[in-house]
Amino acid sequence: MNHRQRPEDTAQALRWLQDFARSRLAVAGLLVLLGVLLLAITAPWVTPQNPYDLMQLDVLDARLPPGSPQGGGLYTYWLGTDGQGRDLYSAIVYGLRISLLVGLGSALIAACTGTLLGLVAAQAGGPIDALLMRLVDLLLSFPTILMALMILAYVGKGVGNVVLTLVLLEWAYYARTARGQALVESQRGYVDAARGLGLGRWRILIGHILPNCLPPLLVIAALQVARAITLEATLSFLGLGVPITEPSLGLLIANGYQYLLSNEYWISLFPGLALLITIVAINLVGDQLREVLNPRAQR
Amino acid sequence: MIGWLLRRIGQAALVVLLMTLVVFIGLHAIGNPADILIGEDLNQQERLAAIARLGLDQPLWRQYLAFLDGALHGSLGRSFVYQEDAFHLILQRLPATLELAVAALLLALVIGVPLGLAAGMWPEHPLSRAAMAASIVGFSLPAFWVALMLIMVFSVHLGWLPASGRGATREWLGIAWSWLTLDGLQHLVLPAFNLALFKISLVMRLTRAGVREVLPQDFVRFARAKGLSPARVLWVHVLRNTLIPLVTVLGLELGSTIAYAVVTESIFAWPGAGKLILDSINSLDRPVVVAYLMVVVLIFVSLNLLVDLLYKLLDPRVRLEGAA
Repeated sequence: MNHRQRPEDTAQALRWLQDFARSRLAVAGLLVLLGVLLLAITAPWVTPQNPYDLMQLDVLDARLPPGSPQGGGLYTYWLGTDGQGRDLYSAIVYGLRISLLVGLGSALIAACTGTLLGLVAAQAGGPIDALLMRLVDLLLSFPTILMALMILAYVGKGVGNVVLTLVLLEWAYYARTARGQALVESQRGYVDAARGLGLGRWRILIGHILPNCLPPLLVIAALQVARAITLEATLSFLGLGVPITEPSLGLLIANGYQYLLSNEYWISLFPGLALLITIVAINLVGDQLREVLNPRAQR
Repeated sequence: MIGWLLRRIGQAALVVLLMTLVVFIGLHAIGNPADILIGEDLNQQERLAAIARLGLDQPLWRQYLAFLDGALHGSLGRSFVYQEDAFHLILQRLPATLELAVAALLLALVIGVPLGLAAGMWPEHPLSRAAMAASIVGFSLPAFWVALMLIMVFSVHLGWLPASGRGATREWLGIAWSWLTLDGLQHLVLPAFNLALFKISLVMRLTRAGVREVLPQDFVRFARAKGLSPARVLWVHVLRNTLIPLVTVLGLELGSTIAYAVVTESIFAWPGAGKLILDSINSLDRPVVVAYLMVVVLIFVSLNLLVDLLYKLLDPRVRLEGAA
């Protein structure tokens, strides 16, 4: 791409950064998010046990309240243990890994395919455009949870299938935005100029139009990651998501459900709090991104 | 107008037909229902007879045509598990779901509109800012987890509200309703609030945006200049003009509320269509899954049609020609 780093670009980026920092809540969200990411990436080094390694679990330690010492006295279960004797703190950090992986992974794949299809629709026009957009309309007119249940009933459980389901549901958002934005941008003077220089259609589309479509797509991506994580947790909670051997946050909460009635609250409470904090942080960042990148929405 | 309406109905019918095809083909690709539904102790002959009885020996397009034919006659096949007409089964469970969904939307309006009005009138007030921040949390809260926390606090800890089932019901128009008895209402509170949570945030934000849009307009300034009390300006002039888009959105949201009731119903053991569908997905009871999807698609498409029509009637400026 012939996109050189110009002084105006740096100034623009700085301006965005300043605008973003205007909301202290969003900055806090970003910091929390970075912290969560760091925690998830470094999981094996910041947790006392590997919750997926059955050798490290002790059934005698099952359902201990927060603050109990581990059976061997090696460390403390600060957040208690679950029904299998997993240290909840470790399980949450590992669960975050799966949740973030599924959320970010599906958003990335959906963003790429959706944007590409949207650009193609805008460029091709005619029947291809009509077909793609009707498909998008159809997908977006039904509630996500319903479509997700259907697709998962069809493809079966597993991390890969959950990602597939999320991608199938999410690409439409990107496609619609990318198409709309590309149609607007293709009316601009710089596109005419590029055409005048004799550049090919696809070169103009990818090299010139696409970079200018990115800001709104970025906003969608941020909010979609949060949605994807929630949806994955919900599906896992309903028993249609990730396998039991490697619980994500949703499955941890589901496992705690049965102990809730006997007042063993921590098994459901803490994974849920972790989920909530992550999603709120992402939404705060996404909300502020929308304010910064979309001048029309200025309050 | 008539032409537009006919075209719109035609489009809606096409969407429904398309969805029947998608749903039918999708569901028939899951496993082999014959293996699951027919006992293993049968010999080969009995097995074939059972397959023939269920119509599973026909080619797929034949099964689809039979299904379409049945759908037009209000019969979407028999449930493998309940040995009952699937459509009938859904209709039996649907009132409970509708009751829950409508209660949730009402709660969302009752809580969300005043909050949104306040946040729109005084956007700089710390309480308004707090309400807006809370709405982000409301959007972010995983509904199923909130449900568990509600049960934990209000049922287990405080013991104020029941956590499962519909409670006592009373017949009205030949259908059992929970909201007609005190016990039923108590059972309704937690699930309805749980389902409403997301919508409260939505209503609040929509109301706030509407107020922000209406406030600077001339008729509001005029009403104020006329010497009307601030309360009257707010409740009559501002609110009324905010409500139109709000009601439209909520009309559309009813469909998604019914869909999301799947989660709420399964946690609170609310015997509605959502719980039925979840059980049916797990037991591969295809006719019920198909019937449920068809009913929800129909509800959705009809709601869309109705909202479009209302829009056209309420606001002649809205041009719908280009919209699909």
